[in-house]
Amino acid sequence: MSALLGDFLVRAALAGVGVAAAAGPLGCFVVWRRMAYFGDATAHAAILGVALALALQAPVFAGVLIVSLAMAATVATAAGKTYAMDTMLGVAAHAALALGLVAVSFLPGVRIDLMAYLFGDVLAVSRANLALIWTGAALVVSMLAWRWRRLLTATLNADLAAAEGVDPRREQLVLTLALAVLVAVALQVVGALLITAMLVVPAAAARAFARTPEQMAGLAAAIGAASALLGLRASWVFDTPTGPTIVASAVALLLLSVIAAPVLRLLSRAPRTG
Amino acid sequence: MTATLVSASRLGVRYGGARALRDVDFAIARGEIVTVVGPNGSGKTTLLRVLVGATAPSEGRVRRAPGLRIGYVPQRLAIDRTMPITVDRFLALSGERDPKARAAALTRVGVGGRGDAQMTDLSGGQFQRALLARALLRRPDLLALDEPTQGLDQPGEAAFYKLLASVRAETGCAVLMVSHDLHVVMSASDRVICLNGHVCCEGAPMAVAAAPEYRRLFGLGTDGALALYRHVHDHAHDAAAHDAAALREPAP
Repeated sequence: MSALLGDFLVRAALAGVGVAAAAGPLGCFVVWRRMAYFGDATAHAAILGVALALALQAPVFAGVLIVSLAMAATVATAAGKTYAMDTMLGVAAHAALALGLVAVSFLPGVRIDLMAYLFGDVLAVSRANLALIWTGAALVVSMLAWRWRRLLTATLNADLAAAEGVDPRREQLVLTLALAVLVAVALQVVGALLITAMLVVPAAAARAFARTPEQMAGLAAAIGAASALLGLRASWVFDTPTGPTIVASAVALLLLSVIAAPVLRLLSRAPRTG
Repeated sequence: MTATLVSASRLGVRYGGARALRDVDFAIARGEIVTVVGPNGSGKTTLLRVLVGATAPSEGRVRRAPGLRIGYVPQRLAIDRTMPITVDRFLALSGERDPKARAAALTRVGVGGRGDAQMTDLSGGQFQRALLARALLRRPDLLALDEPTQGLDQPGEAAFYKLLASVRAETGCAVLMVSHDLHVVMSASDRVICLNGHVCCEGAPMAVAAAPEYRRLFGLGTDGALALYRHVHDHAHDAAAHDAAALREPAP
């Protein structure tokens, strides 16, 4: 009995750490490029993907990946044309969520656990799920590592990148792709509604302690992984839903970093000027 | 010396319905220093962005020499406070792997020893120099600078121009610079182009460094790095701004 318990907890822990490892560095770009709403739109589209996959009896992972990708590509190209970026993304994010929930209710004879898709169900991660999560996470991390210098240059200044032969639109596309993959793998861990939190919160917590983009990416991954383990433990102890508890742990670490950073700075060197 | 690095013919750029540039012909050769001046909204930055490939022209075409390396210094580079980045790491993004070369580039532009500072902690002038250091580390064939002397006083501007002239002499790179000052330009400019949506006039800056009037205008500290450009306009405009500005031209 205890071996079984250990097994699904270990799988849940590994799934959380895998998602965090990819969400940390990718989340840094979301923070630097102010793409949080973009992340929301992509993540919320996942529910529509779930509905479509179930209707077509296709794998949920594939449905989510395709619909999230379509959503990300649509908002990336349509942005800023008629409405301001945040209005457009706000519409897209909530439209995707509402349509997804409506579509799910139309599915004949399917009783799906909607809560699992909205808030994650990491304790139900199977071996196959885990393999998929780690493959997706590894894919995201290698995409970022492969194009790291180009992505950073395009993030700093699009014109500078273009003058140096880096097409900023291509780098945007890489991030869009990475985001869609991450949404697909993180869905089961934290759920569609809280994926953006796993991107933004650890990156924000890492900011205060980092001096370079690389440090911030690494720290964000570590803080995300710590949140996953802490959240898993807390949800076990307090019998709370795991996905939200993981995010709550990340927020707790963020608050801790906000308090700790100025203290550490005072201890280590003179206050910064400017 | 005659190898053309970038050329453009019948260039036109529209933003929505508004025309930013029309009928611009342009060429810059290896080793040349070209200064582009013009009033606000005259399309200087747009021209530079089209030439370096940051935006596509609506009309005409741009030809860049194959394998052309551009060191670009944009007018404004706002680093988001959410991104931590040291000066040294910023320079490394140019592709320069040697830390000694990066430190040397900083010394060269006059901000030696600031490699460990955060980019966001630099003053305006230091930031501008760090941008130049990064552009130089690209070992460019063409340095493209958009108002690089903004925020510098006149001696600072003169020192910056002397640095550019020595870089050109050393590496043989071309320099294409947009300047906000209609009349006082880098004296080492081979050509000055006055832009106001189209090319208004073009010519060499006046070599007046030795004239006593020049000394009175700029003092001795600038050491001949600055020169006057006399506008010769053979046409009238609806946009009166440029002509009004040209009328305020100080007599050399």
